[in-house]
This record gives sequence, structure tokens and C-alpha cells, in this order.
Amino acid sequence: MIEIALTVNGRAVREAVEPRLTLSDFLRHRLGLTGTHVGCEHGVCGSCTVLLDGAAVRSCLLLAVQADGLEVRTVESLATGEALHPLQQAFHEHHALQCGFCTPGILMAAVDYLGREPDPTREEIADMLSGHLCRCTGYAPIVEAIHDAAGRLRGGAA
Amino acid sequence: MSTTDAAGPWVGRPLPRVEDEALLRGAGRYLDDLDPAPHACHAAILRSPFAHARIASIDASAALAVPGVVGVVTGEDVAALSRPFPAAVPSSIPMHAAAVETVRYVGEPVAVVVARDRYVAEDALELIDVEYEPLDPVVEIGAAVSDPALVASDRSFAFGDPDAALAGAHLVVRERFRFPRWTATPIECFAVVARWDEATGGLTAWANFQGPFTLHGVAAGALGLPGSKLRLLTPPDSGGSFGLKAGVYAYVVLLGIASRRLGVPVRWIEDRLEHLAAAGGATGRDVGVEAAFSADGELLALRYDTIEDVGAYVRAPEPATTYRMHGSLSGAYRVQHVAARNRIALTNTLPSGLNRGFGGPQLYYGLERTMAIAARRLGLDPAELARRNLVGPEAMPYRTPSGGLYDSGDYPRCLDEALALARYDERRAEQALARAEGRLVGIGLACVVEPSISNMGYITLTETAEERAAGLPKSGNAEGAVVAMSPLGGITVRLSTTPQGQGHRTVAAQVVADRLGVTPSEVEVHGELDTATSPWTVASGAYSSRFAGMGAAAVDRAAGVLGAKLRTIAAHLLECAADDVELCRGKASVVGQADRSVSLRRLAGLAHWNPESLPEGMEPGLYATAYVAAPNLDPPDAQDRVASSAAHGVIVDVCVVEVERETGRVHVREYATVHDAGRLLNPLLVEGQVHGGFVHGLAPALLERLAWDEDGNLLTGSLMDYLCVTAPEAPPLASRHLETPSPFTALGAKGLGEGNTMSVPAALANAVADALGVEHVELPLTPPRVWELLEGRT
Repeated sequence: MIEIALTVNGRAVREAVEPRLTLSDFLRHRLGLTGTHVGCEHGVCGSCTVLLDGAAVRSCLLLAVQADGLEVRTVESLATGEALHPLQQAFHEHHALQCGFCTPGILMAAVDYLGREPDPTREEIADMLSGHLCRCTGYAPIVEAIHDAAGRLRGGAA
Repeated sequence: MSTTDAAGPWVGRPLPRVEDEALLRGAGRYLDDLDPAPHACHAAILRSPFAHARIASIDASAALAVPGVVGVVTGEDVAALSRPFPAAVPSSIPMHAAAVETVRYVGEPVAVVVARDRYVAEDALELIDVEYEPLDPVVEIGAAVSDPALVASDRSFAFGDPDAALAGAHLVVRERFRFPRWTATPIECFAVVARWDEATGGLTAWANFQGPFTLHGVAAGALGLPGSKLRLLTPPDSGGSFGLKAGVYAYVVLLGIASRRLGVPVRWIEDRLEHLAAAGGATGRDVGVEAAFSADGELLALRYDTIEDVGAYVRAPEPATTYRMHGSLSGAYRVQHVAARNRIALTNTLPSGLNRGFGGPQLYYGLERTMAIAARRLGLDPAELARRNLVGPEAMPYRTPSGGLYDSGDYPRCLDEALALARYDERRAEQALARAEGRLVGIGLACVVEPSISNMGYITLTETAEERAAGLPKSGNAEGAVVAMSPLGGITVRLSTTPQGQGHRTVAAQVVADRLGVTPSEVEVHGELDTATSPWTVASGAYSSRFAGMGAAAVDRAAGVLGAKLRTIAAHLLECAADDVELCRGKASVVGQADRSVSLRRLAGLAHWNPESLPEGMEPGLYATAYVAAPNLDPPDAQDRVASSAAHGVIVDVCVVEVERETGRVHVREYATVHDAGRLLNPLLVEGQVHGGFVHGLAPALLERLAWDEDGNLLTGSLMDYLCVTAPEAPPLASRHLETPSPFTALGAKGLGEGNTMSVPAALANAVADALGVEHVELPLTPPRVWELLEGRT
């Protein structure tokens, strides 16, 4: 067992873990943060995406011990009280989710992406999304939602 | 009578979903997020590395010695504690929940390790020593069909006189088409928690199952349990299914056996590699089509020679893929003479199962490619050939030669709308210019009828009429729902439609809001099903696009029953006739006299607190359970005709592609689709289904294929090998809807979740064939394939 100390969604966490425990299993089964989903465990589907020190990462491909000393953000941190994050609100309005299983990973990737690219074109958004699999929506509403949310986050139409 | 607020009914509005908030916050309740059976141990499944082999021995002693391992279950335990799954065709190759003596595909379960955690279970898995004696595998459908032992079913049908029509025709197109095996790949894999109860001799299982609940009986039958002893529960959320999760029932049995054998609750979450190897997927089809045409393009006869690759076993509900479209063998066309021979062939590959479109993509690929080839040979534009053959609106409801009953719709108008939406004539002119420049631009069409609400009786077509007469007649299709009101007037709805992301809860809230005169936000809808307490039938579940037609109709009826009771109680209080009471804005009021009213909350309070005050003879309780069944579905008749579905939408697609000459890559430049799926209950959700069905249609058309090598080794065992369509591959889609209500569903709605998955492979193949100027193309139209076609041509 190895002791790790990290920040998860703004809270200090200290736990003893097996070195082989994945970050996704740590978040889901140790911390009960089941909003992070596991869809393939080989880094393709993107469902397990979280932010590690602000950068989108695949939590199924990381070990919990690799997050030692770092800051993790998961989908549970996005909304502020009753208010959804502009990305969440845009996903709702554009019907950009159906089963919702891929959604948390896409939301976290989009938070990272829009932080770096605040004014992307739809084509650029589609390219960013190519690292995520969604089998329900056909992707088009997700592209629209992220495009719309980008505008809201830039301070455009609220 | 019930009315709605000033803005009109809630049904029909593009209402954003009630499901979203929890899912967006990461607060969904998928099965792996729940702990329904505390202290459950974790299972990992050892799977066959061979496509065909005899199991000589299994030595689990090293695995059992690993600390934390509770036990190991093998085929011997499975054979001792269960029977083979019942199937629609008696097969010489019975299927158990895990391999007994012989493995028949790579990925078939061989043993289950149960341990205190999943990591330990997987450690132990590697220590199980299985000795296999490899046998010759049969991987190709052609080899399978030439071995009588591997043909599980062989039935022939003829409606009208196709021989005569084919003999005297101006043109007969005779071609064979192959449809690839692919899988809809929900992002959440299978999940099962099983708890054997020794005291009652029963199994309680939680699974992200999606119906049909015929399979509950199949699972109970395998376990030797009466249905009441298999309590199956579904979680509130499920991460997509598209048919696939019907197949989880086999693991309910396997993990149930493990729980019984080892005396602990068992939890199993399938991983992606297991899913790709063993969960299921579409059949592969090799179909010969013969189509007779008159000189002016009238389709006179159709004959199909269908060979269906169902994989290693005829796993229930197969061979339903082959028969789901039985009533629609003539597609959208008036042709009167139709014949079909259906052979079900076994190969050493994973067993097929429900997969979005379910038989439709396979059927329409053969039929619509044939129509395109015929147009070319007749020198007609494909749109013109379609127009000359589409069933006309005056013929509705239209009985097809094979027994289908097309309920409503204006197919020619749908074609006109699609041509207009795509600006077809302009596209043809642009194509001519592009060709003159040497560019490979093609245009493709597909006209398909989309059946919804399956008649569970169609599967009995695997039997002769005489065999059917000896058994139980089947036409199962009914659905149930509960609408209840609490003492405080709160409204609760319970569904048996096992939603997997479609938005059933939102639509149910809209339907109830209209019936009871409240807003959808005042209606709580629960999607989880419990076979011990939910109002289900054999046909319940989320498949054959049956929610809009049946699920919503059951909710509507239950709400109507509750609403009638509320109006009767109100009439008693307000001293008027029940027919004069309307439910509106949370009140029951006398029509036209807004001051004579009583709130629903007060009515609920009275009914619960003071049954004595109810009208004479009224049963207490505000809890309405109602069922609906389609009025137009019967068991197959003596001539093997069946209305295989209750409702039928129509879709016409027009697409433009350009093929990159240097690479063979297919670029979809334009895609237009026009649907008539009856009344649209929620247009926002409709567009979601259309876009999702569209991209699932792109999958087998352009990219996706489950593949095995000649020894039966799986070549597409990870998502790096099985290439799913991603956002950049999804072209823009233009869609439009006509709304001709169905006369056979309560709300006039038809299903529409599968139609584009049926139409897109055919339309794109037609467009690529047009671009290349060839008659033979092969799915999926991957760049290497298309490049080879180009090379072969030049």
C-alpha cells in the first residue's frame, strides 16, 4: 500500500492505495465519485476523462498513485449549487446527451479545451471530440452544445 | 375529457428532458454505481482463446489458492445447475451460459472466478489451466451453409406466383449481396449483480437488461425456475443498448449459477474486450436477390435467398433478425409476388443478437441495391424507378404479400420531399459537371419502410403452419404502465419500457400532464423495472422502437383511467356529471364554470383519507395500472403471412458522396432524410433518435466490421481495431418530417429510432456505386476496399 495525498474537487484527500489501482477505480469505488464512467479501460472511448491539474486525462490509463500531490476535477465539480455549468446547460438545451454515459468525459474534455481554445469552429470542436465515443447522439448536437457554450463562456449570449 | 393549458398539449412540444440534470451532474444511477446486494463478491470470466476446441481439462487449483478467491465455477457446474437456453429452432448445438465440454467461439465463457475484488479475480483468472484440443473452425458463411449440420433452420416461403413473374419479365436482376457483422457498441458494457436465495430457492438479479421480456422466460427456463423465482430488476439508468443488452440474460444465468454454487452475491461488470468478443452484434447476411421488372420499370416479383450468419449458437431471440422484417419483404413497393428462402447458418464466431435496425439494414441493403442496379439497367433515374413502384396513399392501410399491414403514410410525397430537401435535380447537374472534371461524385437513394412494435409471434415462422398449430399461438406485443397519485396529490408513473437513454421519462411526463391537467414537472417518472412488482408482459422493453407506439400508449391509458376516476370523484363533490368535469391547471372544474372546481390535491386527500366520501360503489385507491395491445397483430396464418409489426414509418434518403481517387476515401457531401413516423411526441427527442440512427447507419456502411481470421481469431477485439465512427466522420444531416398519424396506436405515433440505421448503408452503397460507375460494392466501404474497386476498374 502506498499513501497518497491529493485534492479532488477542491477537497484534500489522503488514502492508502495499492500501486496498481487505477485512478478511475479510485475515484469511483474509493471516493464514491461515480460520475466518472469507465467504458473501455484502454483509453479510446474517453468516458473516464477527468482533469488532472487542469489538463484532460484518461483516468482509466492512470494509476491513483500518479495523482499523488496533484489536483483532480471530476464532473461532480462542474455545477455550482443549483446552477449548471454553461456546458451542462448547453448540453441540456441542445439534447446533446441521451444515455449520458459518455457525457461526463466529454464535459471534462470540453472544459479543458475551451480553456485553451475559447473560440473554436465547429470543425475544430469535432476534431477535439474525435477522442470520445458517443453512440446515441450522432455527435452533431454535442458539437452544437460546445459551440454554444463557448459563446456563453466568452461572455456572449448568456 | 381533459384539457391542457393555454399553450395547447404538452405532447408534441420539443421539451428538454427530465433525465438530463442528474446525468449532467454525474449523478446518474447506472448499475455499477449501485450496491443493490451488499457484500457482493466480484466475478471475472475466463474466455476461450480458440474458435472451436474440446475442453480436455480445467485445473483451477492455483486460482483457488489465491488469497481473496471465493471460488471458481466451470462448465461442469453450469451443466449441473442449468439447462440449455430454450431457442426458437431446435438446434443440434445447444447453448449453455458457459461452454460445456466444447468451446465454439473466441470469447465464449469457460470459467468464472469469484473473489473479494475484481483485481484479485483477474489475477486468479490467469492461473486457471485449461487444456484445449483444437477442432476445425468454420468461419465463413459459405462453408457453414454447405454443411447440413451447421444449418439450424431452412424455410421457404412464396406469396403470389413469383416463378411466373420472373419467367416472363422484361428484365431480371440477379445479384448477391453481403452485409457485414457489426455491433452497435453501447458505451456502458453489460452489468449483472446476482444473489441466489437458498431459503426461497430463487434468484434475484439486477442487470442493465432492455427486454424483450420473453428472455426473462428463457433465463428462468435455463435455471429451471418458475418465472416468479427469477426476480429481475433493472437500474434507473443504462448507458445505451441499441438492442445489445438483451443479450445480458445469458450472464444473469451464469452469475446466478455462480452465486448459487458459491453461496455469495456476485457482481460482474463486463469489460470492453469481453464486450467486443462475446456480447453480440448484428448477423452477417449473404443474400441472393432476383427481381423481375417490366419494360417501364414496374417491379413484378422479388425472390430472396437469405443465408444468415448467427454465429456459434442460435441464441434467443434469434433467428428473429431474419423474421423481424417478414411482413416487409416487399419494402416500400407494390410488388405482389414475393418469395424467400431463409437459412440460418452457424459459424464459430460470436452469437448474434439484437442490434439497432435488427434485420432492416440487411434486408434493405439487398433490396435497395437491387433497385439501383435495375434503374441503371433500365436506363431510368433511380428516383423515377422508385416513384413508379412506391405504395400509394390511396392503398393505406396496405396489406403486403407476406402479411405486413402498412398503417398509414404518403410514400410518394415523402420521396418528393426528400428530393426537394436534397435539391436532387441540382445535385444531378453538379454531378455531371464534376464527372466532366474527372471527379468521382455519386448520388444514392434509399426508400425504406421502418417497422415498429414487433409482433412476438413472427418468430414462430421458423415452424411450419402444422407445427405452429400444435403450439401456443403467439402475437405478443402488449405493454403496461402505472400512474398513481399520493395523498398530497403527487403523481408517480412507473414504466416497463426499460429506457436506455431514449428519454422515455420525459415523454411519459408529457403524456400524463395532458391527461391530468398538470405540468410535466409535476409528474415523477420511474424507469426501473422489477419483474416482481412492475406491470410488464413478454413484450415489455426498449426494442423494435416500441416506446412511442406502445409504451407511451400504456402510460396514456393508465393516466386516462386515473383521470376518469378523479373526474368521477370531483363530479360527486361538485354535483355534476363526470363528463362535465375537466382536469386543468391542477384542478378539476366544471366545464365553463371556473369557480366550480376542486384541486387535485384535495381530491387525492379525500380519496386516501376518507374513502367513505367516495361515490357509491367506487373502489378506493388512486393507483391505475393499464395495459395496451396493438389492434392489428395476429399470430402467423396458415400461409405463413404475418403482420410482423404494428406500425410502419417511411423514410426516403438522398445522399451525395465523393470518392477520393488517390485513397479510396468516401466523403459524404450531403445527406438528406425525410421521415413520416406518424405523430411526433417530442420533436427534440425525435431529432436525437434520427441523428443517432443515422450515425449508427454510417457504421457498417463506411467503417465498422467485426472480423475474424480463417482460424476464427477475433481481429477486432479492442476499440483500436474495431473503429467506431467519431465526430469528424459524421457528416451534416438534413432531416424533415411528415406526420401522418398511425390509426393503430393510441397517440398516432410510430417508432423512428432505427430507420436511418436501416436506410443509410443502402443509400451510401448506392451513391458509391454511382460514383464509381460499378454494380458491385462491398460493405463497409473502407478506403482500401474502395481503392481496390477503383484499381479493378481502371
